[in-house]
Amino acid sequence: MREFRYERPSTVAEAIRAVAHDPEADFLAGGTTEVDLMKDGVFHPDLLVDITRLPLRGVRRNGTMLQVGALTTMEELAADRTLMERAPFVVEALLRGASVQLRNMATIGGNLLQRTRCRYFRDPAVPACNKREPGSGCEAVNSVARMHAILGASPACIALHASDMAVPLSALDAVVHIQSEEGERLVPLTQFYLMPGETPDRENVLRHGELITAVDIPLPPEGTRSIYLKIRDRASYEFALTSAAVAVVMDGPVIKEARVAMGGVGTIPWRGFEAEEVLREAPATPDTFRSAADGMIRDPFIVPGTAFKVELAKRTLIRALTEVTS
Amino acid sequence: MTTLTVNGTEYPLDLADPRVTLLDALRDRLDLTGTKKGCDQGACGACTVLCDGRRVLACLTLAAQCDGREITTIEGLESHPMQDAFVRHDAFQCGYCTSGQIMSAVALLGENRAGTDADIREYMSGNLCRCGAYSNIVAAVREVARHA
Repeated sequence: MREFRYERPSTVAEAIRAVAHDPEADFLAGGTTEVDLMKDGVFHPDLLVDITRLPLRGVRRNGTMLQVGALTTMEELAADRTLMERAPFVVEALLRGASVQLRNMATIGGNLLQRTRCRYFRDPAVPACNKREPGSGCEAVNSVARMHAILGASPACIALHASDMAVPLSALDAVVHIQSEEGERLVPLTQFYLMPGETPDRENVLRHGELITAVDIPLPPEGTRSIYLKIRDRASYEFALTSAAVAVVMDGPVIKEARVAMGGVGTIPWRGFEAEEVLREAPATPDTFRSAADGMIRDPFIVPGTAFKVELAKRTLIRALTEVTS
Repeated sequence: MTTLTVNGTEYPLDLADPRVTLLDALRDRLDLTGTKKGCDQGACGACTVLCDGRRVLACLTLAAQCDGREITTIEGLESHPMQDAFVRHDAFQCGYCTSGQIMSAVALLGENRAGTDADIREYMSGNLCRCGAYSNIVAAVREVARHA
């Protein structure tokens, strides 16, 4: 690990100022991705600004919204009773990610910013990684790939977004509060992440010195049923091969309202607007679910190692829809 | 000067170089070598300790972040029934993951998550055992949970 300086300011404003005025500085929260990447030599800030003791922790009910402080841990949010009652698929996604130890450390803001698990990105001995070294190429496209994206991917980058939690939060249209020296701005989670395109090193809309302070989770209407289905190589403590977050409001056999997002498939958490259109006001039948799945996995970019994901992703969504509507 | 409180004892720590992880501080500075370094990248759970009562990974925690926090390591357990159960159920072979397993299992009891074998497996999944002593680990945890 390269040398760095460590500071622990006592206010949000001081923390933001410290990072904003040093182009090589970064915030430190749970550290579960950041410290790991620093050990690997992938990430080397010259200053870490520890924000873990700032007053940005806790969950508050605000009408039909849950406002979650960015430093709330994954375990703390997973224990929230309102979330369990109204949007259990968020709790399921939280508890199917990582381990208890990591969830006690990892924060909600940090979870949204976790870096990809692409092994080529995480290994500095690999020269070609456009995300790590812009313009150097993409080793994953030409080598062994498996835990990689098929949607939003390009020949420049097929790195997967690894978060489980961000999948149901995208489906619910969560909103990210971003603070900087200039003030606060709100960005919907569905507009927070950037497609890799030609600049895979730019993963989201955050500018240097901006800090996520909170995430608003709009609660779905009472009576909404939801599910987070995660398919993986082992039963626990593993990233998704594919996952589906689905929330529906049923009227007898008809789907009145549907929210759909998928993980394990996209370079960003993949919201299924087209699938939702197919499902809305449609009967809950296998034909409807297959049409929704076809609408979800549109124009995939595949390499030999990820070809299996096209059908797996569709079946994942079909199974989630079958379970949540039955 | 940073102060680490480990098993109730305060230790002053010079962290002029803040790269020191909690794990390395415990083992190399405080000579508390019961906490093990397995993968050193947050994947194996061998370094599990309690920080303010919650189980965390010492390898991904900077020692500087623990200033003023209460750390509990395997040395801080005083003849805990979980240690006895691990011995009686032969819940290890090489023993390298064991202190992390026990710290995780003690935390699990406090979290009230040891209701079924499936729960024990799920909520202990962050602790890997390369010897494959899992069935005996589950048996040890189950026994202590039933008598808790």
